[in-house]
Amino acid sequence: MATAQMAAESAVAVFDKLELDCGVTLGPVECAYETYGELNADRSNAILILHAFSGDAHAAGQGGWWSNMIGPGKAFDTERYFVVCSNVLGGCRGTTGPGSVNPETGCPWAMSFPSVTISDMVRLQKLLVDSLGIPRLLAVSGGSMGGMQALEWAVAYPDRVASAIPIGTTARHSAQQIAFNEVGRQAIMADPDWNEGNYYGGKPPARGLAVARMVGHITYMSDASMREKFGRRLRTPDQFEVESYLSYSGYKFVDRFDANSYIYITRAMDTFDLTQRGSLRSLFERARTRFLVISFTSDWLYPSYQVLEIVSALRSRNADVAYCNLEARYGHDSFLVEVAEQTELVRGFLASTYRDLDRLSKGGAAGRA
Amino acid sequence: MREVFGRRDFAIIGGLVEPSTTVLDLGCGDGELLSWLKEHKDVDGRGVEITAARVQKAIARGASVYQGDLETALDDYPNQAFDYVVLSQTLQETRDPRRVLRGMLRVGRRAIVAFPNFGHYSVRWSTLRSGRAPKTGLFPYECWDSPNIHFFTVLDFEELVRREKWRLERRIFVAGHRQVRMLPNLTAEIAVYLVSGS
Repeated sequence: MATAQMAAESAVAVFDKLELDCGVTLGPVECAYETYGELNADRSNAILILHAFSGDAHAAGQGGWWSNMIGPGKAFDTERYFVVCSNVLGGCRGTTGPGSVNPETGCPWAMSFPSVTISDMVRLQKLLVDSLGIPRLLAVSGGSMGGMQALEWAVAYPDRVASAIPIGTTARHSAQQIAFNEVGRQAIMADPDWNEGNYYGGKPPARGLAVARMVGHITYMSDASMREKFGRRLRTPDQFEVESYLSYSGYKFVDRFDANSYIYITRAMDTFDLTQRGSLRSLFERARTRFLVISFTSDWLYPSYQVLEIVSALRSRNADVAYCNLEARYGHDSFLVEVAEQTELVRGFLASTYRDLDRLSKGGAAGRA
Repeated sequence: MREVFGRRDFAIIGGLVEPSTTVLDLGCGDGELLSWLKEHKDVDGRGVEITAARVQKAIARGASVYQGDLETALDDYPNQAFDYVVLSQTLQETRDPRRVLRGMLRVGRRAIVAFPNFGHYSVRWSTLRSGRAPKTGLFPYECWDSPNIHFFTVLDFEELVRREKWRLERRIFVAGHRQVRMLPNLTAEIAVYLVSGS
């Protein structure tokens, strides 16, 4: 077992201001982040991990959401790499979001918080990476919404990322994905305790948020994994196991997540659309980034055709891209729970990227073609 | 099929590839050839492979491999994107080999094609003697479970090259891990061609 000590730090960076896509300048902005491992002398071994919708900066170590992927000897090996993960803008786990205090009013922003986008989140991460003195990231990686941020990084700052590992993600949400998010938002807003978002200091819309989480949870699993985990088993004579599980995980979520953040972040995901800025093919024109793209066979929320659209655009640019559709049973959650094969892919990809850093900076085949 | 050829495959194909070039390996399996080319020839390579388990191994060893069908995967690449496009031991398994070869010469400046020669005397003898579809060391399958659907011989391949007006730059014939030169259509087990577009 990997029991080696891992250097870990938790901190909050504060930035004077951040320009948002909606035109508002937000400031000051706090960004909660954690780091694992150590930055090497030439600052070339840094990896930025991007969390999914409900994640936070605590990616590794005890209770970390990707602790099975990040650590000594793991896929993102903290003995070799310096791993950084921050909470997203609009979040509720230490980074500025709707639950933060508006300096002008002295009250929580609530629904007066400006709308945020995936690019805004990435712009804040860029400030963080700059402040940490990292000239170029070895890799950016994340699943789901984290994958969207990885794509955004490659498009917005192609010279700052040597490689990107987007997993189970998309360049734009489908109607189905938007629909599920809307059900979640409506559940929150239908809860009288939501009170137009002004519940801070009072009773939060726990029932609405729990229902939203339950819907989300169903979409993250697969028919097969639910059958395996719950089947038709009963918890009590009149409650199915699956009902009990959803209720438990829904209400547990309420303790660590802010309902307004739920609304803001799901909106950021829904409005994300790389193709609004041009065809995917043209967006990747400047991309010198090396890609490892992963999808999962049982992921029906982010089906493989969505990443294939990205991979196809990259290949048409002759970019350096590896793609694998991993056989997995756990649906969209596979990137979090079924990590054995994913680990092999990521480990090999990172090692070869690290070895080839010099050549990658010259552009490789894409640069010569 | 790759096993038949063994690691010699790499030396022969590697011998046809100029150092520090770009290579696309179609049906690249677990990326062995790509790794070999990178290590020995400083080649910047990509691969296409349909079997997930092989793609996983290839990516795990650092190769940039795309999981997909090689017959359709070619369509996505831009013109003349690679110095070489390699198709090793797979031509006979493709549904439309001419389309694949045309695609290879669109995407690459040169194509390297290695295939088992169905004109080899053992194949002819097998059919002549048994009256059934050939079954030899090189083609160990029953006709109903064989992946081979286009039975290229040396003569057939060269006829196709002539009709398409491609340039035949080099050809290497192998039998029992040795190069053969005499009567290749009869004596070669494996034929390796370096072809460029017209």
